[in-house]
Amino acid sequence: MAERYSSFTPGGTGWLLQRITAAFLVVVLAFHFFQLHFVNHAADVTFAGTQARMENVGYFLTMVLFLIAGTFHGVNGVYNALVNQGLKGTQKKVVLAVLVIASVALIVQGIYVAMAMAGVEIV
Amino acid sequence: MSQSYNRGLIEDFGRWKEFSAGMWAWIFHKFTGWMLIGYLFTHIAVLSTAVGAASGDASLVASGDDIYTTTIQGLESLFIVRVLEVGLLAVAVFHILNGLRLLMVDLGVGLDAQDKSFYASLVLTAIITVASVPTFLDGVTL
Repeated sequence: MAERYSSFTPGGTGWLLQRITAAFLVVVLAFHFFQLHFVNHAADVTFAGTQARMENVGYFLTMVLFLIAGTFHGVNGVYNALVNQGLKGTQKKVVLAVLVIASVALIVQGIYVAMAMAGVEIV
Repeated sequence: MSQSYNRGLIEDFGRWKEFSAGMWAWIFHKFTGWMLIGYLFTHIAVLSTAVGAASGDASLVASGDDIYTTTIQGLESLFIVRVLEVGLLAVAVFHILNGLRLLMVDLGVGLDAQDKSFYASLVLTAIITVASVPTFLDGVTL
């Protein structure tokens, strides 16, 4: 049939993880939108309400996993889009380093925020 | 089996008039992906006001006057933010539906209908987006 159109290395870890996170994100992103726009309206969000949701361990862990999966999927997608666009050599290494640092920063900040929402003290 | 197919440089967007359904799906998926990851960084930045709310005066949280609540409700009171949220929903729904289409393409399911499933993604995105407009614009005025 057809040749491969994807920019990912066939059978590579990045390719596989992109698909595994995709399958997870499809469900959780749809849930997230539904939860915070239809069940609870975004305009009615309060810190007390957020706290109540985040104090539930299952919800907290889902949101943290959502953050990690979303960040990986998005940043890996951006990286592969740039590689597909013809990025190579030193530029490719620099872009990868910047994206990894940005991802780690986003995940660390996100978890810090999630802990603040759940009322977990950080000493 | 595998056969040679020269797709040319799709990255040359000047060729857009030659693009077929699959190429448009590829471009839309990329465009919506950029939007979503850009939004994720902004989203965490806005939600970071929770740190201030958690460490601040507890009575402000009780009365709903903490920085997290006032920031979110302040943003939500702006009509333009509601419009942007509808745009975000459209972008997310298309990325989800086309992503499901891509997972099926990867599994080799329904390859012959890949163009039709792209059109279906667009139509479903439009329907879900339009149907959600009243909910998203609820309680806001120009």
